[in-house]
Amino acid sequence: MKFVLFHLMPYRNLDFVEAKKYRSAWTVLPNSLYDPAKGAEDYAAYIEQLVSGERLGFDVIAVNEHHQTAYGLMPAPNLIASALIQRTKHTKIGVFGRALPLVNNPLTIAEEFAMLDNISRGRLIVGFVRGIGSEYHTSGINPAFSHERFHEAHDLIVKSWTQPGPFAFEGEHFTLNYANLWPRPFQSPHPKIWIPSQGSAETIHWAAAPERKYPFVVTFSTAEAVERYLKVYRSEAENFGYEVSSDQLGWAAPIYVADTDEQAYEEARGPLESLFNDYLPMPWEMLIPPGYSSLASSKALAKVRTGLGTERQTLEQLVAKGTAIIGSPKTVRERIEQMRDKTGLGNMVCLLQFGTLNDELTNRNIERFAAEVMPHLQDRAPARKDAVPA
Amino acid sequence: MAPTGQVIEVTGVATGLLRQGKGKPVLFIHGANGVGAWLPFFENLSQNYDLLIPDHPGFGRSDDPSWIRSVPDIAFFYLDMLEQLDLRDVHLVGTSMGGWIASEMAIRNDRRIASLTMVGPAGIRVKGEPFGDIFMWSPEEATRNIFLNQEIADRLLSVKPTEEQLDVMMKNRFAVTKYGWQPRMYNPDLEKWLHRVKVPTFIGWGREDKIVPSSYAARWKQRIPHARVTVYDNCGHLPHIEASDALFADVKTFIDGVAA
Repeated sequence: MKFVLFHLMPYRNLDFVEAKKYRSAWTVLPNSLYDPAKGAEDYAAYIEQLVSGERLGFDVIAVNEHHQTAYGLMPAPNLIASALIQRTKHTKIGVFGRALPLVNNPLTIAEEFAMLDNISRGRLIVGFVRGIGSEYHTSGINPAFSHERFHEAHDLIVKSWTQPGPFAFEGEHFTLNYANLWPRPFQSPHPKIWIPSQGSAETIHWAAAPERKYPFVVTFSTAEAVERYLKVYRSEAENFGYEVSSDQLGWAAPIYVADTDEQAYEEARGPLESLFNDYLPMPWEMLIPPGYSSLASSKALAKVRTGLGTERQTLEQLVAKGTAIIGSPKTVRERIEQMRDKTGLGNMVCLLQFGTLNDELTNRNIERFAAEVMPHLQDRAPARKDAVPA
Repeated sequence: MAPTGQVIEVTGVATGLLRQGKGKPVLFIHGANGVGAWLPFFENLSQNYDLLIPDHPGFGRSDDPSWIRSVPDIAFFYLDMLEQLDLRDVHLVGTSMGGWIASEMAIRNDRRIASLTMVGPAGIRVKGEPFGDIFMWSPEEATRNIFLNQEIADRLLSVKPTEEQLDVMMKNRFAVTKYGWQPRMYNPDLEKWLHRVKVPTFIGWGREDKIVPSSYAARWKQRIPHARVTVYDNCGHLPHIEASDALFADVKTFIDGVAA
């Protein structure tokens, strides 16, 4: 397995009592609640945490993009990636990912990634996402065209990385007379593209297609859903006539390791519950704006009509459902092993700082995980006989 | 009584249509929430006129063709419909998004249009006076913000929609998103052409409109100086429901006063 040290960079000093007066920590939470002095401390600490990932043996250190939220302070993740490149030598740098539909000229994403790939001499892995529902409120981009824009932007970016320029691009949403990247990407043909997603049949089918074979990462889902989506990917690959490779299958989850299960629960409880109950929640209208999901899936979702985190979740519930992995090194190792054995999972995306988790506990968590969990699982073929090692 | 709905083909698009009554043709152009129930306002119109209420492309029982992508597209689509049905001297009555569509028709081609009635129309943006964010509100908030009279909201909220109604509501919401998410429920190229509205024009507005503030009436009047403007007291975004009788009386007086 390969291990990714992943960060969301939440704003930890949030006044939660005040924040609860608003419908979400996204989009509508007044930024008067952001204190730059505290935020700057968070940035410094978080960058150190990610940088430590190289020394501790992670295969990838990774960041992501979110807008107008205390949940994550990375509206421009490439800025952090650029800093990480300067502080590391060998580890891969992941940007998981950029929200393609939210920009009006996707070529800027192609350019920035090409720059990072050159500066890092080929250490970049990129993620392509659509952004979450609330980001269609903040960007103003019409969610009815989210899928169209995603696919068109993807095609433009990949074409600009692989075809000689200049060429003209004639899309419905993006039209350019000159697409001609300077610099071209360092890696040939281009940086690996991952698809982090909450999972939808259409996305999995698209990612698994033979001309793409993009690694898929199921994010923030119950173990049952992770298992299901990864199996869907596997069977999509079979339908396309090839066998899935373990490095195409990923899972992103919050993880906390301590000496014992009890200690881990005690230390992780507040921070984990803040992630799911304070930072993440948003009502249906922000989470699934019309058109963001297909009419059919929106109808299915509307029946339950829960926004994200509308009901409070406890650590015990999150652990029981397998959304979070919390416990002793043995417990955590076994949970990951179980999922690997069931699915052929090859990429574990580890959220080792989450919610309000402080620097001391975060650093201890990262070190423990690297020393006592990772070595048992890293770079080994999954137990499944039919899974091809990376 | 509500007429039986039909589906006709306009410019290759299957289009839901309610049609009832005799006399001058009146095209009622619905707002963002679709046609909905057969209202007293519709009944009154159909007893005096040949009333046509189509579902816009993407709404209700109409198809959602991918090539119709904007409100100007809908305007051309309805101009095609007037030609196809050979309707002449048509009185347009549009509420909210429907008022916007009606104005887009009138600036393009008024050969078959006898008059223009817009009630709380979207379509233009006055800087510093944003519309209510219908995409951010929950269904309950939206219902409460649409009406000033909360008894109407209470009554609507106490009724559990059927599966079929829920499907239509979802479909309509997808459609209004396609046409109105960005720019938010207006066309930056509409206001500068409103001087092309030559037909007699009536503008009605609920004074307590929380979706499109009634202060917009002044801007419309400025751009269409010959328009008659009436603002209804104690009324929210939908005067055809909340001030139904008063609005109907004014619309009837207006339409009947238009020289044939």
